[in-house]
Amino acid sequence: MSFLKSIFDKPWDYQGEDPGLTGTEIAEGLHPKRIALRMFLAVVFVVFMLFIVAYYIRMDLEDWRPMPEPTLLWINTLLLFFCSIVMQWTRGAARLSEQNKVKWGMVVAGAFTMAFIYGQVSAWEELNNAGYFLASNPANSFFYLLTGLHGLHILGGLWVWTRSTFKVWSGTEVKAIRLSVELCAAYWHFLLLVWLVLFALLSYT
Amino acid sequence: MAYIPIADQTDEMHDPQSFITKYIWSQDHKVIAIQYGGIAILVGLLALVLSVLMRLQLGFPDTFAFIDPADYYQYVTMHGMIMVVYLLTALFLGGFGNYLIPLQIGARDMVFPFLNMLSVWVYLLSVIILIASFFITGGPAGSGWTLYPPQAITEGTPGSDGGIILMLASLAVFIVAFTMGGLNYVTTVLQARTRGMTMMRMPLSVWGIFVATILGLFAFPALFVSAVMMFFDKMLGTSFFMPAMVSLGETLEHTGGSPVLFQHLFWFFGHPEVYIVALPAFGLVSDILSCHARKNIFGYRMMVWAIIAIGGLSFIVWAHHMYVSGMNPYFGFFFAFTTLIIAVPTAIKVYNWVLTLWEGNIRLTVPMLFACGFIFTFIHGGLTGIFLGNVTVDLPLSDTYFVIAHFHMVMGVSPVLVLFAALYHWYPKVTGKMFNVTLGKIHFWATFFGTYAIYLPMHYLGIMGLPRRYYTMGTTDFLPDSAQTLNANITLAAIWVALFQLIFVYNMITSLWKGKKADPNPWEATSLEWQTPDNPPCHGNWGAELPTVHRWAYEYSVPGVKADFVPQNMPAEDVETIDGTPYKGHDG
Repeated sequence: MSFLKSIFDKPWDYQGEDPGLTGTEIAEGLHPKRIALRMFLAVVFVVFMLFIVAYYIRMDLEDWRPMPEPTLLWINTLLLFFCSIVMQWTRGAARLSEQNKVKWGMVVAGAFTMAFIYGQVSAWEELNNAGYFLASNPANSFFYLLTGLHGLHILGGLWVWTRSTFKVWSGTEVKAIRLSVELCAAYWHFLLLVWLVLFALLSYT
Repeated sequence: MAYIPIADQTDEMHDPQSFITKYIWSQDHKVIAIQYGGIAILVGLLALVLSVLMRLQLGFPDTFAFIDPADYYQYVTMHGMIMVVYLLTALFLGGFGNYLIPLQIGARDMVFPFLNMLSVWVYLLSVIILIASFFITGGPAGSGWTLYPPQAITEGTPGSDGGIILMLASLAVFIVAFTMGGLNYVTTVLQARTRGMTMMRMPLSVWGIFVATILGLFAFPALFVSAVMMFFDKMLGTSFFMPAMVSLGETLEHTGGSPVLFQHLFWFFGHPEVYIVALPAFGLVSDILSCHARKNIFGYRMMVWAIIAIGGLSFIVWAHHMYVSGMNPYFGFFFAFTTLIIAVPTAIKVYNWVLTLWEGNIRLTVPMLFACGFIFTFIHGGLTGIFLGNVTVDLPLSDTYFVIAHFHMVMGVSPVLVLFAALYHWYPKVTGKMFNVTLGKIHFWATFFGTYAIYLPMHYLGIMGLPRRYYTMGTTDFLPDSAQTLNANITLAAIWVALFQLIFVYNMITSLWKGKKADPNPWEATSLEWQTPDNPPCHGNWGAELPTVHRWAYEYSVPGVKADFVPQNMPAEDVETIDGTPYKGHDG
């Protein structure tokens, strides 16, 4: 790994302008925004991981009563899965600079995302109507907290999505938004992964 | 791919257009650094006043009618939280991180200037939310800075209504601000280094800030998670942390939550936080010692590796804050082990600082005095850490003044001395003016001896068994009257130290007008920020062309060279040697 290699340099040994790797060369082809997104996703990963650890610790205490997951969640999972697929397709179209495909790809992906959010809120309602309130059991509390937090991250992604979609529909060249489309796709894949982990956790415990 | 540094690419340069874009909504990292620093120092002065109020109560109980027990606990809580998070973290990373990263790695600015600006304003928002809690009914949070549930959100604790809610909200907002800044610092260090600036040619300041930022990015989520869950417990009646309780004769609705779970989450943030503060301090002090001792830093690679090692280890020692929490004793064994291991890289750093001074050509300037003072206080604080890291020693000492003495020496006084060293060291670069040296020296000696007068006696009080967290001691059999005399003396010393900080504030402010114009490189330092074409550096930092780096930042007192330092960006052929032979560096 270049980072490991670079920290074995002996900087007092050599003089001169270009002794080894420089910032841009280490990160060849990596836009700063990509690095920032990776770091950010790592931070989000830590947040969810800590919640999951807390979930496991809390689960062992005696007042924990598992709650049933509404079947609706399977449909929502499917919706989020479609989002990811369409995002990936749009990303491919953006690479080839196909303006029209990008336009519609973004819209369809956004529509699936909003359907997912709507589905999640409906699942909440269903549970609430069935008497599984937020505060009645820690299992319920975690369910609402984890799904809510995941939903908030999706909403955050939609903000970037709105900007890019608006741009591509108002005639900006695909070249100018290619990076945002790619970053959106990465973000959506990541949130799909997080959701699959959360869904598995909530279903099996 | 042709090499184009980020800063030379053809993006817009967001040049400031008017007073407002230049000084208020500025995207220039230097202005943002000053904004961060200014807010942090102001809120830090507030925390200083709170500590004096606390000491007044402890030194002279029953004297000040305006301090009741609730007030006292609120002072303690706010003092702790402000100092650790809103002063030290913000000033080291938001202030010095913002100022030094681009200048020391040869960049024109941070890679995301707009995000950077957002970061400082969101930080200001978090400070405003925090300060607002002083003005609401019930006052600010009073549960101790660790905010342990259940008492933090249970009726009867000062500030358990509005205060704790504002505290949690403020922390969440602060974490958002820090994350925006942190992503920027990391990306800038990785992506925006100028030609020739390899990772291992970066000054240790940048290394310390870089690793501390990564720690922050991964540690603050734990605080965020615990704050969110506690907020739910308080506002929505969940029972993440809240056990079944009877409070004031009433059975609460909470059931079965785990307060120890909160402690684990909190300290999973809290311990790395110690190093989020300490690592930048280590970095800055290394550069200052090396420069004013006119000697290359001893063991540069070891210093870098130690920073990385400490950063990694800091994530697996958290439960040494919890020996008395009732957790499994085998846990205590593991955490004592990791805690003592962390002493190894830390000791390497201390030896290297001392060895840097060895046979150096020491210039006892004001920054150097503070840097040397740091070595003393850090060794003292570090040694008592070895006491407290051992479970059997910690158990009797945990709730005494010994712990207060330990952590104030190691993460209160020590980082603050580095902050002063750094503020004096970079003041001529930031402002273009020289501070008053006599006042600076008075400030150092008064602060250095004053803080010892405060914290050294606390070790004795702690071993004597004086409990911490108490509003007043009352009469106890095991404490002699002399303990109270000592307490009163500590209070006098605290007032003394606090008053002498006014000299610092006075010096910093009046020197802006009255200080004589500073030389662009008054300390004859090698790193890039001292080689800027303008002093203070103007927008874009480097004029038409970015500097090119030819060597590391520690080329001091090279044999055979006329000047006793060689700047990082000076081509070898421009270096004047005594006998006129070409310059080849240390080994040549």
